[in-house]
Amino acid sequence: MTEPQATTGQQVLAPGHSMASITDKVSAIVLTRPVGKRWLFGFTLGFILTCVLFTTIANLLVTGVGIWGLNAPVGWGFDIINFVWWIGIGHAGTLISAILLLLRQNWRTSINRFAEAMTLFAVSCAGLYPLLHMGRPWFFYWLMPIPNTMELWPQWRSPLIWDVFAVSTYASVSALFWYVGLIPDLATLRDRTTSRLGRMVYGVLAMGWRNSAKHWHQYETAYNLLAGLCTPLVVSVHTVVSFDFAVGVVPGWHATVFPPYFVAGAIFAGFAMVLILCIPIRAVYGLQDFITMKHLENMGKILLATCLMVSYGYAMEIFTAFYTANTYEEYLMHNRLHGPYATSYYALWFCNLIVPQVLWFKWARTNVWVLFIVSLAVSVGMWLERFVIIVLSLSRDFMPSMWGQYRGTPWDWSMYVGTIGLFITLLFLFLRFLPVISIFEMRTLLPEAKVGDHGEHS
Amino acid sequence: MTPREIPIYGIVAEFASPADLLEAARATKQAGYTRTDAYSPLPIEGLAGAVGGGHSKLPVLVFLGGLIGGASGYLLQYYTAVHSYPFNIGGRPLHSWPAFIPVTFECTILGAALTAIFGMLALNGLPMPYHPLFHVGRFARASRDKFFLCIEARDPIFDAARTRAFLETLSPTAVEEVPS
Repeated sequence: MTEPQATTGQQVLAPGHSMASITDKVSAIVLTRPVGKRWLFGFTLGFILTCVLFTTIANLLVTGVGIWGLNAPVGWGFDIINFVWWIGIGHAGTLISAILLLLRQNWRTSINRFAEAMTLFAVSCAGLYPLLHMGRPWFFYWLMPIPNTMELWPQWRSPLIWDVFAVSTYASVSALFWYVGLIPDLATLRDRTTSRLGRMVYGVLAMGWRNSAKHWHQYETAYNLLAGLCTPLVVSVHTVVSFDFAVGVVPGWHATVFPPYFVAGAIFAGFAMVLILCIPIRAVYGLQDFITMKHLENMGKILLATCLMVSYGYAMEIFTAFYTANTYEEYLMHNRLHGPYATSYYALWFCNLIVPQVLWFKWARTNVWVLFIVSLAVSVGMWLERFVIIVLSLSRDFMPSMWGQYRGTPWDWSMYVGTIGLFITLLFLFLRFLPVISIFEMRTLLPEAKVGDHGEHS
Repeated sequence: MTPREIPIYGIVAEFASPADLLEAARATKQAGYTRTDAYSPLPIEGLAGAVGGGHSKLPVLVFLGGLIGGASGYLLQYYTAVHSYPFNIGGRPLHSWPAFIPVTFECTILGAALTAIFGMLALNGLPMPYHPLFHVGRFARASRDKFFLCIEARDPIFDAARTRAFLETLSPTAVEEVPS
């Protein structure tokens, strides 16, 4: 393998670092850095919004799903839009940690840890929606195949039960994968902290990891196997999410392009969110040596590539609408282009197709502000995409007598803003208590680390 | 473990770089020591082999875990949909296997991933909060920037004085006894 550092100008790790300096710099964020004003501000903001979420949930449990704007014919609204939005965001984390690991893309090393954390927090936010959408969430265990006195079992032919299995597997495996990745770094924190409490907590979490070569060997085997398992898993999760729609017969949903188009859209949205988080984090914590311009530029390239895949999906939707010569599909497309929600459709095109085109240019991919704005646009665009798919199809299906309009109520919005708050809160706690960059993997990027038989290491 | 006169766990030598450690580990193996282990802040290719590790049963276990997971997932659906709760929907077959694939797939991944994680921990003997090496003050740097090689007292050719002298010849930056 060629040395990634050898390329001039753009590097995955700034020169002049040693094992000690990488360890000290990353662990200091957790161990010695005082609580800053900016951290406190971000955490407080997140916490306030989380309280908004809890208020909404309390009202929802007391009053019922009627506080949302759902009604016939639009029975899926913000809850499903936001579920798909959040779960899509999570996908970039797994992509970075698993697929790029298998492809030996060394540049993933410094961003995989917080991308995985982002996955976990995004999936937590996503999971709330279907749970609360049930209306009586205390019966959620009916989804599980548990022997019960009613002698009922789940309906295995429904994509909704596939979704339960896919999302819960994804959440469990992502959490464990993330934890396994943390174990050696937790041992580093245990060995470096000066506080007794820290030594105990990190010590328990590190489970007595002692950096033994025999352990490393098993560890690397497990890590690579997990990466191999997560790759089909992440593809399957959004495929199954798209089945929730594609298996139905509603116009605009019943399309074979949905699975690949949803997966590409998920990666698109996820990388946008990684950029939104990574640009301020690297500035605030001074991590420009580790998250270099090369990382940002590569993510910009992935954003552009997935933008083109998603564009293909949009083009295919229009093409099939007319190619099938199906009245309802044709009408749906007409409604998207000229109906009451046409603004959303055009805004989605603008955000997801037009804005990212700027990334063809190197100056744009290497400008943090441009990347940040493009990522924001993509996040909004991907939310609109789900809005267009879900609401437009449901509000105008087969019979004009069944048509209706939908808009989110203030409680819909407070729930959405609240989950963003939960996400921010978890993220800030993570920044404060766990190493934001994988320390041991950063060490492997150093030239002196490459001493093995083949002179290479993943 | 056979009782020995000297109640020590072993002797540990500290090295400054991954290359030094790998070289020392290979020399130790050549010298005939079999109960050794190396400690480094990052995985080093070929090091596990030099200290008598480097063979992992994990891939086989993970394969079996995946198989068991997938089979249980499928059988669960088969049993519930065909035997326990047969439900005729428009005369469609009860054993509608194509519809069972997504859940079977997810269960396969879950079984394999859980085996990979818990299998790795079990094969490594973790969690193990106590280990004699943690008595050595400088060993804390094994998770930062130093590299260690330990020859354990249970090694058949271990001899406190001679083993120490042997380790000294490998150009370590320090050599220390590990109390048991």
